[in-house]
Amino acid sequence: MKRREFIKKTSSAVALVVATGGTAWFFDQRQSSRYIQPGRKTQSFEVAPEPSIPQVALSRDEDSIAALHKALNAVGGTERFIQPGERVTIKPNIGWDRTEAQAANTSPVLVGEMVRLCLAAGAAQVVVTDVSCNDPRRCFQRSGIGEAAKNAGASVLLPSEDDFVTMHLGGKLLTAWPVLSPFVNTDRLINMPIVKQHSLTLCTIAMKNLYGILGGPRHQLHQQIDQSIVDLAAFCRPTLTVVDATRILMRSGPQGGSLDDVNIEHTVICATDQVAADSRACEFLGLSPDRVGHIVLAAKTGLGSMDYRAAGYREIA
Amino acid sequence: MSISTVRNLRRVSQVVFFGVFFWLILKTNFKADFDSTGISDISLPYPVSIALQFDPLVALGTLLANGTLHKGLLWSLVILIPTIFLGRFFCGWVCPLGSLNHWISEIRSERRKYRGKGKIQSNRYKSYQKIKFYLFFFLIAAALAGTLQTGLLDPLPLLARSLGTVVLPTMHSAALGLVGWAKSLGLPYVGGGAQLAYDIIAPYLLNFRLVHFHGILTIGLLFVAILILNRVFTRFWCRGICPLGAMLGLFSRFAILGLQKDESSCDHCNLCLLHCQGGDNPDIGARWRQAECHLCLNCQADCPQGSLKFKFFPQQKVTVKNPASTPAINVTRRKTVASLAAGLALYPLVRSGDAFKANANPKLIRPPGSVAEEAFLARCIRCGQCMRVCPNNALHPTLLESGLEGIWTPILIPAIGYCEPTCTLCGEVCPTGAILELTTAQKVGDEHTPPNRIGTAFMDRGRCLPWAMAKPCIVCEEWCPTSPKAIYLKDETVFDRNGVEVRMKRPYIDPELCTGCGACEFACPVTDKPAIYVTAIGESRAPDRQLLLERNRKQLT
Repeated sequence: MKRREFIKKTSSAVALVVATGGTAWFFDQRQSSRYIQPGRKTQSFEVAPEPSIPQVALSRDEDSIAALHKALNAVGGTERFIQPGERVTIKPNIGWDRTEAQAANTSPVLVGEMVRLCLAAGAAQVVVTDVSCNDPRRCFQRSGIGEAAKNAGASVLLPSEDDFVTMHLGGKLLTAWPVLSPFVNTDRLINMPIVKQHSLTLCTIAMKNLYGILGGPRHQLHQQIDQSIVDLAAFCRPTLTVVDATRILMRSGPQGGSLDDVNIEHTVICATDQVAADSRACEFLGLSPDRVGHIVLAAKTGLGSMDYRAAGYREIA
Repeated sequence: MSISTVRNLRRVSQVVFFGVFFWLILKTNFKADFDSTGISDISLPYPVSIALQFDPLVALGTLLANGTLHKGLLWSLVILIPTIFLGRFFCGWVCPLGSLNHWISEIRSERRKYRGKGKIQSNRYKSYQKIKFYLFFFLIAAALAGTLQTGLLDPLPLLARSLGTVVLPTMHSAALGLVGWAKSLGLPYVGGGAQLAYDIIAPYLLNFRLVHFHGILTIGLLFVAILILNRVFTRFWCRGICPLGAMLGLFSRFAILGLQKDESSCDHCNLCLLHCQGGDNPDIGARWRQAECHLCLNCQADCPQGSLKFKFFPQQKVTVKNPASTPAINVTRRKTVASLAAGLALYPLVRSGDAFKANANPKLIRPPGSVAEEAFLARCIRCGQCMRVCPNNALHPTLLESGLEGIWTPILIPAIGYCEPTCTLCGEVCPTGAILELTTAQKVGDEHTPPNRIGTAFMDRGRCLPWAMAKPCIVCEEWCPTSPKAIYLKDETVFDRNGVEVRMKRPYIDPELCTGCGACEFACPVTDKPAIYVTAIGESRAPDRQLLLERNRKQLT
């Protein structure tokens, strides 16, 4: 072997050793770029309480839009909740591949009108979305909510896997969970549930509706359902809760399927206290709020008032 | 019109038909539409399986196996009748798999063996080309006996299946992976740019969400093998295997369009063979084979002497060195009889096995509206359209669940996706009536009609949280879509490990109400092996596979 060749080969070998070892050294024990640090919610969606204004307003009118207007005005009107230029996310219940009449999803009429009111109040954008149980395409289409919201000027988001962000929920039970991004990346959150029977929680109304912000293995939440619901409600704290009690699903909840399961009530409830909203609305199912585990727990946690009359309650004909 | 213009027309035709086929596969996909006013029933805006209805082998196979042509299959005459006069124009001008094979075959090889003289040699008629005729005889005899296997090798179902269950999902998976990788780099604009590109492309090319199909490696391997073989033998698949090509070859026996060779002007440069697609001997000195020619017109367009011409009623001066063309196919009588006999024997062979009935797989859950298994195996062409259109990713190609006989036929796997009660899309796209098109009332049932059932749910109490572990869970009941619910709860007192009494709701199944949709199995939090699961017993299509004595008298109330 010639000297030149010796030098060439050994120096190449040394360079390869350095490159191999250096790469291994560089990557040794580094945190994988695939690790996702859970985010934290920094913004409050709530508005400041005003003692002179009732926390819960109920309106009964065969024209559901009129009922919505009356109840909403009684709690302060959209101007109280939405400042011009704010981003608003509306969370109806669009959980199931059911039609409007079957009362498994929020009324598309009410959702459309709420979108219009938000835009009229100067909202920069209104997003209507939900993490459906059934296929979201079918749920958004057959519920009529996709069409109603789009026509009213909202942007309708059909959730897909990359629309979720991992958030620190800061609950007793719920810590890091994937949350659909518009439910945290927004200025105002309006929860628009429908009143339905549910075999485990007895009723699914406002707080239970917030399951629909989550991705992940949410079927496990049923194992400690009351604490899960309260954790979620404490995390979300929506600006406003608009309960669709125009139709009540009395049986076979939360999906229904038969029109025999539906009661017509022509009622809309607007509330700034989500616990009080649930307390009032569960009466449509013949329930007393002190029998409903998650309402009791939420009141005890200090999320709101189980005694809706004490919270400030008004009924408008 | 000069011959090179006609050849360019052929090229355009190939691109257009491939594009249309691909577009139809893309459109075999339910997209939410918030502009329409009719929101209650969901159906597709296009007849997305129309390409398959133009396939003469689908028509012939299902006709032999069922004694009837399913609606829409009459369209196949649009291909078959011109073939009688023109020859295999379909293979050269229309067939999307043929075009794919054509394009891949014609990429210049880097190996000398597959270029120039080597390629000319390989493009002469070879005896392996008769395999497709024997295969065709075998398949139609099997169809006549009652087991329809043409779809395994029929190019249109094969391509639809490969694109729908393998190629498009793989593209989707790759796109998501690329976007994720670009984002993980943490460089400015790269992640956002990748996401933007994805958001632009996704609505056109990708499914609403990533789908996962069962056992697609077998489908993918066959497809890739077909494509790769082109690099060794030009259009090996079309020349040697394709049963549809064989059928069209047989039907071109009386074609009036043919190749006219003029010996006097030929200087034997053999350029006509260089790009020959069919391997049909266009050169002077060999017998031109009508049944092999794809009418690609390359030989005529490449001939510098103008010695070759496709003509109606060709008048060729036949000499010893310029033999007459032949419409005959190069098969022997004995082998033909043997192929037919083998095809007929396939039926008793597969049915003497246990998979069909004696030991039918409990997880063989067919799509809603499927005809009884005997008829199903006589109709399904394994095109995979039902699997592609299913919005819940519930339908999958089987591997061995219905025996080798039923490989790649659809099966519903509830743990991956359940059957949406009001959805009837699979029946809408099925081109052969293996899955009948149901109305919503026939699917979910009403006062007069029982619902369509695809199986029955059962509990595995050893794995169920409230049953085995005293943990609350009612998810199966919550998801049960019938009203009243087929899954009901009973308040029961159980004891935890410390002997403390716990009130617990425990799920039970009412088989009278269960439709086997599998929503419970899908939603069960015991995700790896669900504590509630569906098996096929009780399915509407099989009177001999019922669980309940009173099934036929009971109406849903």
